[in-house]
Amino acid sequence: MATTGYVIKSLINLIKIPSIRYASGITFVPSQADPSHGEISRMNLCQAINNAIDIAMGSDSSTCLFGEDVAFGGVFRCTIGLQAKYGKDRVFNTPICEQGIAGFGIGLAVCGSTAIAEIQFADYIFPAFDQIVNEAAKYRYRSGNLFNCGKLTIRATWGAVGHGGLYHSQSPEAYFTHTPGLKVVVPRGPIQAKGLLLSCIRNENPCIFFEPKLLYRAAVEDVPIGDYETELEQAEVVKEGKDITVVSWGTQLHVALDAAKVVEEEIGVSCEVIDLRTILPWDIDTVAKSVQKTGHLIITHEAPITSGFAAEISTKVQERCFFHLEAPISRVCGWDTPFPHIFEPFYLPTKWRIIEAIKKLIDFQH
Amino acid sequence: MALKMYQNMVTLYQMDKILYDSQRQGRISFYLTNTGEEAAQIGSTAGLNDTDLIYGQYRETGSLLYRGFPLENFMHQCYGNAKDIGGGKQMPIHYGSSEHHFVTISSTLATQLPQAVGSAYAFKREKNGRIVLAYFGEGAASEGDAHGAMNMASTLKCPVIFFCRNNGYAISTPTTEQYGGDGIAGKAIGYGIHVIRVDGNDLIAVYNATKAARQIAMENEPVLIEAMTYRLGHHSTSDDSTTYRSNEEVNIWQQNDNPIARFRTVLQNKGWWNDEEDMAYRQKVQKEIMKAFLYAEKIPKPNILSMFDDVYKEMPKNLQEQRDELAEHLKNYGKYYPMKDFEGT
Repeated sequence: MATTGYVIKSLINLIKIPSIRYASGITFVPSQADPSHGEISRMNLCQAINNAIDIAMGSDSSTCLFGEDVAFGGVFRCTIGLQAKYGKDRVFNTPICEQGIAGFGIGLAVCGSTAIAEIQFADYIFPAFDQIVNEAAKYRYRSGNLFNCGKLTIRATWGAVGHGGLYHSQSPEAYFTHTPGLKVVVPRGPIQAKGLLLSCIRNENPCIFFEPKLLYRAAVEDVPIGDYETELEQAEVVKEGKDITVVSWGTQLHVALDAAKVVEEEIGVSCEVIDLRTILPWDIDTVAKSVQKTGHLIITHEAPITSGFAAEISTKVQERCFFHLEAPISRVCGWDTPFPHIFEPFYLPTKWRIIEAIKKLIDFQH
Repeated sequence: MALKMYQNMVTLYQMDKILYDSQRQGRISFYLTNTGEEAAQIGSTAGLNDTDLIYGQYRETGSLLYRGFPLENFMHQCYGNAKDIGGGKQMPIHYGSSEHHFVTISSTLATQLPQAVGSAYAFKREKNGRIVLAYFGEGAASEGDAHGAMNMASTLKCPVIFFCRNNGYAISTPTTEQYGGDGIAGKAIGYGIHVIRVDGNDLIAVYNATKAARQIAMENEPVLIEAMTYRLGHHSTSDDSTTYRSNEEVNIWQQNDNPIARFRTVLQNKGWWNDEEDMAYRQKVQKEIMKAFLYAEKIPKPNILSMFDDVYKEMPKNLQEQRDELAEHLKNYGKYYPMKDFEGT
């Protein structure tokens, strides 16, 4: 399951040189930090993740960080410097075995230690599927709360990267949202990544934290350097609007913002863009409130459309907002194919596909 | 201690008989006996400290019994009644007790093995003098998790004992179809972990091996123990083992190599036990088990809405809504459900 050094190196280079990417480009839209969180510093997504783990390890001596190649800093450099700072017994490599990594993390958490496990790519989380779905998610429930693994967080790199092909591009969140007991979280930028990751690490439930790898270096923000948490299970209205609600998460949120900007400038359609942030359990209230105002909903994600998480959002909003909907709910997602290599620009739900969907919704005739 | 081990083996055997029969009568939904493996379970648990953490597979009831888990609690779990400390969520025999440092059993084979390694790593960092022992069958040893666990225990130097009960069968599959090498013990050298194979029907051998393994594990060196035994009973109440093995085979083990009979001979030769005491003990324990059994049978099932508890530490909004939805539904349609067996909503 390990990726060769060559592949990793080329993936890292790829992020540095956007011009050779086959993927549709994304424009990262930075956020503003909450001023109450104090002093700030420029950080990319990698640095924000590193900073969050650093704070978590500093504030709780039981915390261990482990996975494949994390000791030298990780193949994406997210864990750089942490072994030197916290020691080999707290930051260490494991053998290449995802089911072992997840099971080991559960065992640490069962004994009250805080466990931060890394799965090198979300595409390789499937060998650990049994440990995550049958074990981690059900530990508290099946034991009547005698035992739990709430102190476990699994981090994995996630999403399209330009030429990751089938096994360095996947967005497997919907496989996990069908599992009661888990929390599934995806950040859209450095400020959020740090706050949400700290919340996941300290949350008393097993969390899966997916890191959009396209943003590791592309996303730079002024991130508060102190210790702060961002509440889980809360969506965020990133841009207010009145005609259409667009819901997304991770990298795709920026594509949605881009599309919203184009339609606003070109045809004067005002989009409200919502970042779901926590995919399970998700914040229906914020989404429903927005749809009751706009009467239109588009959900967009990179993962394949059939049984993707947009299907869940769509159904729930239809139940909750039936009388407010002025058009069918639209899903702009990846196609129902494996994630292809050279066809990536045509596979992804680009801003042009979102723009087209917005225009169709506005023109929808009863 | 010798007497305690013997008495626990007898209690386990009697409890198995009563609960097995009760399943046959349809009083509990499922059961799984420990017959033939009493010494492997109890001898190994006796070789540990009481605060060492145990992860089991499901055929280690004797281990929890040895640690003092009350008879009623076994019964409450099998009935899934309101007094089950597991909340009535799991199938019978999926016991667990934080008080007795016995992690709740789950049905998924071998998943406990890498978890045991993680827990052992936590103990190593805490320097708390505890170790972890993980039980598993020879069939479970074929799972990927067994490989991952042994490799991680070795590379990360964890205070853990892997205790394999090699009883010859995984349901209907004989070991000749389970592995081609020298049993489970034969694998240990490849992982660089200490290993010993013992006569699993010899309580003293199991006890000594575990006690010695514990000393090695305390030095952060993992150990594998393979206890050779024989599954005398069916795999479970859902299995008829006569369809894949002969009665003669079972009888040979039952008569010639029964772990309880073997240890009883030792005790009687030492003059620590006699036939009268044996008879009296069996009658006494049978009464106690029946009493606990009949008591558990009368306890109502837990509150229906507790079904939604403990999914998460807190109850998310969607679950609160679903709980309310069920409560509302039961107000209208309760007569179609087994409401009377459950505590009021």
